[in-house]
Amino acid sequence: MSRLRTFGRFWWDFVVGDDWRVAAGVLVALVATKLLTSSGVNAWWLLPAAVVLLLAASLWRAAGKSAAR
Amino acid sequence: MSSTVILFLAVFAASAVEAVEALTIVLAVGVVRGWRSTLIGVGAASLVLAAVVAALGPALTHVPISSLRLVVGALLLAFGLQWLRKAILRASGFMAQRDEAIAFERERAEAGAAASHGASSMDWYSFTVAFKGVLLEGLEVAFIVVTFGSTQGHLGLAIAAAVAAAVLVVVVGVIVRGPLARVPENALKYAVGVLLTSFGTFWGAEGAGVDWPGGDVAILGVIGFVLASAFALTWLLRRRRVEMRLSVEQA
Repeated sequence: MSRLRTFGRFWWDFVVGDDWRVAAGVLVALVATKLLTSSGVNAWWLLPAAVVLLLAASLWRAAGKSAAR
Repeated sequence: MSSTVILFLAVFAASAVEAVEALTIVLAVGVVRGWRSTLIGVGAASLVLAAVVAALGPALTHVPISSLRLVVGALLLAFGLQWLRKAILRASGFMAQRDEAIAFERERAEAGAAASHGASSMDWYSFTVAFKGVLLEGLEVAFIVVTFGSTQGHLGLAIAAAVAAAVLVVVVGVIVRGPLARVPENALKYAVGVLLTSFGTFWGAEGAGVDWPGGDVAILGVIGFVLASAFALTWLLRRRRVEMRLSVEQA
């Protein structure tokens, strides 16, 4: 069981990393893009904007944690 | 510059960075405990990595391109943003820069302190550390090779870029006979983070049904946008760090 947990933990760290909110935000942005394109809106601008906002928010959280230590 | 050249450069840079880190581990263990078991560990890990690429690479070419781009884009974005996040935190001083000389000394001390392998011909400590080091660093490269190669339809080129970088790092490591502390590792990681994030954005959006203005040339615009945003965020974080220091000094 602990080996399975270690294996799962490895892949979680590998793909998701330190901030799960970034991976979750990427998924939400992709789904939103898919919904918009399906309804006829060529939403090429959504993902780049979401990526920068997610990155900025994650960096600010990390900087805040670093300062608190 | 075509997207094929960018693909080669991205895989080459990512592989070079990971190879430098793996070389530090292998050198430290090999120098302290001997080379035989260490090199067997390196060989075993290389075989596993080759098997991963050989199994996943051709299999992904059978997936419909729009689905492949959506999944690969999502994975590359999650993965690339991790690289870029760490690189920006390092560049702005919120995280320590990686130093191969320090890493080498730490690995060497650990290898020296570990129990001797006695009369056995196989040193399992050396084997395990070298195997894990090469496998863990190499898995990131294998992931990039498989995703970039299969999505662009240039798996062979992606493999060649990764192997060329690894061979170059090993040759330079043998010549220098030490960790490659002078390689601008943190700058390379920053560049790789920008490229992974850009390609993840480009392919993810395409997979979700977007038509990029200008077609494939739009990747250059995405790279420019991600790079400019990363520089701006680094600058803002550096300012924030200075302000934090000043407020601590004044308190």
